[in-house]
Amino acid sequence: MKYLSSVTDAVGDRWRELPKATQRLLTVIFIAGIAVLPMVQIPLLDTPQTDFPSLLFDKIGLYVLMGIGLNVVVGKAGLLDLGYVAFFAIGGYTMAQIGTLLHWSFWLILPLGVVIAMSAGAILGLPTLRLRGDYLAIVTLGFGEIIRITAVNVDWLGANRGVPNIPWPAAIGPLNFEDILNPKPFYWVLLALIILVIWLLKRIDRSRVGRAWEAIREDEDAAELMGVQTLKFKLWAFSIGAGIGGMGGVLFASKVGFISPDNFPLTLSVMFLAIVVLGGSGNIPGVILGALAISYIPERLRGFSEYRVLLFGAALVIMMNLRPQGLLPRRIRGKVI
Amino acid sequence: MNFSTLTSQFGALTFDGLVLGAIYALVALGYTLVYGVLRLINFAHSEIFMLGTFGALLSAHAIGLNAESAPRSGLALIGTFLLVTIVAMAISGLAAVLLERIAYRGLRRRGAGRLTVLISAIGASLFLQEAVALWRGRNYETFPRFLEKEVWFTLFGADIRSDKVLILVSAALMMIALERFVSVTRLGRGIRAVAQNQDTSVLMGVNIDRVVTLTFLIGGLMAGFAGSLNQVYFEQTRFSIGIVLGVKAFTAAVLGGIGNLRGALLGGLVLGVVESYGAAIFGGSWKDVVAFVILVLVLMFRPSGLLGETLQKARA
Repeated sequence: MKYLSSVTDAVGDRWRELPKATQRLLTVIFIAGIAVLPMVQIPLLDTPQTDFPSLLFDKIGLYVLMGIGLNVVVGKAGLLDLGYVAFFAIGGYTMAQIGTLLHWSFWLILPLGVVIAMSAGAILGLPTLRLRGDYLAIVTLGFGEIIRITAVNVDWLGANRGVPNIPWPAAIGPLNFEDILNPKPFYWVLLALIILVIWLLKRIDRSRVGRAWEAIREDEDAAELMGVQTLKFKLWAFSIGAGIGGMGGVLFASKVGFISPDNFPLTLSVMFLAIVVLGGSGNIPGVILGALAISYIPERLRGFSEYRVLLFGAALVIMMNLRPQGLLPRRIRGKVI
Repeated sequence: MNFSTLTSQFGALTFDGLVLGAIYALVALGYTLVYGVLRLINFAHSEIFMLGTFGALLSAHAIGLNAESAPRSGLALIGTFLLVTIVAMAISGLAAVLLERIAYRGLRRRGAGRLTVLISAIGASLFLQEAVALWRGRNYETFPRFLEKEVWFTLFGADIRSDKVLILVSAALMMIALERFVSVTRLGRGIRAVAQNQDTSVLMGVNIDRVVTLTFLIGGLMAGFAGSLNQVYFEQTRFSIGIVLGVKAFTAAVLGGIGNLRGALLGGLVLGVVESYGAAIFGGSWKDVVAFVILVLVLMFRPSGLLGETLQKARA
């Protein structure tokens, strides 16, 4: 385990020493490689129930996006959110309701879903972010359940029957989403969104906001005394995280075409949190690695699927005891302010 | 919304709410004790409760009770109840102590962050749920009825029924015993000392590991007791029964003032009653939402709870 961090640190150092142009080139090659993944048949990667290209969207890609979103809340600002699935559900139901009732285009609902989820995050955050960290965990856990129970009980939201016939996105250029058996277009849209989100978050991270988050996470009282408006920045983190969750929900609903409250169980929040913590809270490459582990390994293990949640639970306990900082922890920033 | 049910059945709703609240309170004690001593939410406590319900179920099966067996009376009834409850408490108590050993102790020694401890607890919680699901299946299992549920009399519209009285009385006795234990005995003083100031109490010669084990043990015993009562009342259980009840019991603990034993009692009863009213007004399917909304309101307006957080004060 120690060996792993020294390797990643060494790789990180090498990377920073490369000239800017080489870095850009390598990034482009890397992204291109990921983009063609569903085109190439790699037989070993198929899992017992799904082929690899389908898995790339539903589970892997979505988990990466959700992990990155929750990482803003948990990893950057140090706020414990146990109800992240609520924002995923809000995005999903926004897509479902507006898509089926008002027949808006997916491309309009996507930003709308993000805005609605962000507002929900702000509304929930405003009263609760003043609380102690572990109280926040329980309130968000409760919020996740409230959203799910509301979806179950409100007839207009489809109640237990769910919402069927959610429209797919309108075709853009050569990308046609009509064929539900073809996961590739959705995968590319998701990939583009993930890259966009990472790029935006990197910029935020280097700004005043990112420094404020870091200060809050390390010592909230000290940050407050130094004049950081902690509530404001915590609210931003919470909202941005919520917006990314909503984005994931819109995509998910449009891809599967049918959602019901069963799609948004409590355990999904736990999975999202596990992605962040397992991978390395606060570090985007770590979170991506965590998302890969948590989405792919259980699918792969479907052979003995009976035991996968059991093993997963045990793995979390062992992991926290052996390597609490996660697989790829963030590096401590040399100069904070 | 329907206020007529609330007014016409006020007595019955209050009484049933108190019965439910007594179960919440017993589970809430476990959260409150551990939080008071370690400042940590024992996320897997709900699974300790779940194991207690299975302890009761299996011991009832072991002494030959099944769905057809007739209710018992007299000494046989008391003996059965005691046996089932003691087995439930033993299993929950043992599980709680093991949980602390495996999932928490190493982290506590190293002074790990709260997030780390919480994830470890979540892992333990998933593990326990799945272990039970694999072992017993995922469907509800019925608990044999050994206590005849007869209505003795009606008071203000409330049916004073045998099982409800049993729950209220035995829960009250249990809580009085616990309160005495914590405030009078030497071990109880150890718990209060650690809750007040961990470092100082270690310097004064308190064996912190023993106190923590004891705290988890007591919380587990209470949860096992609640599990047995829950079985007598609802007569069914399955692997996931702990989750919602756990969140509610935690709500009860926060409502009363986390870390405060009497607060857990008051919080449990208040939550049970309010939830019972809420279900009457908004319909049964919204009753879980009522509990969560109360939690949010309490945290907003009185984050220290109704009675304040005072396990560390001399009066527990």
